[in-house]
Amino acid sequence: MPILTVQDIHKSFGGEEVLKGISFSIEKGEVLTVIGPSGSGKSTLLRCIMQLETVDSGKIEVCGDTLVSNDSTGKAVYSGRDVCSRIALHMGLVFQNFNLFPHFSVLRNITEAPVRVLHKTEDEAKQTAFALLKKMGLEDKADAYPCQLSGGQQQRVSIARALAMDPDILLFDEPTSALDPELTGEILEVIRGLAEENMTMVVVTHEMAFARDVADRVIFMADGSIVEQGSPEEVFGNTKNERTKAFLSRFTNSVSMLNR
Amino acid sequence: MSYTILLSQMLQATLTTLQIFFITLILALPLGMLVALGRMAKIKIIRIPVQIYILIMRGTPLMLQLLFIFYAFKPIFGIQLERLPAAETAFVLNYAAYFAEIFRGGIAGIPRGQREAAKVLGFSKQQTFFHILLPQVIKSILPPMGNEVITLVKDTSLAEVIGVVELLKVTSDWVSSAVSMVPFAVAGVFYLIMNAVVTQCFSVAEKHYSYYC
Repeated sequence: MPILTVQDIHKSFGGEEVLKGISFSIEKGEVLTVIGPSGSGKSTLLRCIMQLETVDSGKIEVCGDTLVSNDSTGKAVYSGRDVCSRIALHMGLVFQNFNLFPHFSVLRNITEAPVRVLHKTEDEAKQTAFALLKKMGLEDKADAYPCQLSGGQQQRVSIARALAMDPDILLFDEPTSALDPELTGEILEVIRGLAEENMTMVVVTHEMAFARDVADRVIFMADGSIVEQGSPEEVFGNTKNERTKAFLSRFTNSVSMLNR
Repeated sequence: MSYTILLSQMLQATLTTLQIFFITLILALPLGMLVALGRMAKIKIIRIPVQIYILIMRGTPLMLQLLFIFYAFKPIFGIQLERLPAAETAFVLNYAAYFAEIFRGGIAGIPRGQREAAKVLGFSKQQTFFHILLPQVIKSILPPMGNEVITLVKDTSLAEVIGVVELLKVTSDWVSSAVSMVPFAVAGVFYLIMNAVVTQCFSVAEKHYSYYC
């Protein structure tokens, strides 16, 4: 049974439809990468799944719970508050611009939610936090404040913060778009490591080589629709779809220009 | 003119000045936060009255508000307020409006991502407000708050118009009876000392919050 199912979701902002019927699902342990041009609705899709936006119609199911489904008139109806917050706890989101809490130390950024939301003890939360920091190679930064860290370090802290809540699915919204190429590599390594541990992940990214290498399945979105989805080989290797070809050719061209 | 009597009376009056000052701070800060939240409410029947309230409080002279509350309260509401409580009421209502706008600016200045990160991590609305937003708001509003509080120290002198025996009232009474300018200078020094303390408090607070950027 899929751990996350999204069925025909629609979302408009001020009359402009940015999601035009998106459907996909993800199994436990699967890594899904979502690629596509800017403005294709990738981030909005993640934000709808994370309840940062509400959908206009469609169905979202997470770990057997229904977040939202259509009523008889085809309009979206959300489940009660209890169900919504339970569903939220199944998922973690890593933002493009980290959104760490600037007034908390690195350690407190990671422990605050487990203590306040999951009611873990301070010690328990700290233990988990230190283990995660070690994994992120940041054990010496526990007492630092976010502004004292590089972008790459901040993003690793925000990944640790999400992991501390022990989510079943981790979503990444262009996790490297605010980083320079050198720092991008270190974040991609971290995500690759999580993939090897069979973390279920949905990664929206513009890093094409990464999207191809880390994914079990790739979704290509354009203009609010899923144009194509399939294995990395299918999408990157020999796509039949003209739209996908056009998008990917720009990427392969720039790579071959670099190689020249 | 006896300087000991002058000084003791001015110190006495300063206590009244300080009372107006502290009552205003203690009541107008929380009230201002409520007004700010009301001003940002999505529901119109809350937001619009609050907007009108802020407009009146900031759009009319504080001295007029003092006079109005002291003299017009009885004919309208049937209760005669004493001079000091009337002054304090006017100050609290007026300053809550200014504080509210400072809070609102501070809250609006916190990046949307902070709220979103908190929501994604499962924090409740109250937890998000008190633990994530408020500490950041306080840091960012300290400079404009400092301005406002310094103004409050000086504004307390307006209570003179409804006969509250505060520092400026005693001073001007002395000036006219003793025909001396010395009380003016002394009052100036008194206000200056109070505001030096206020300034110092704010710089300590700013230092306290400078542990992060």
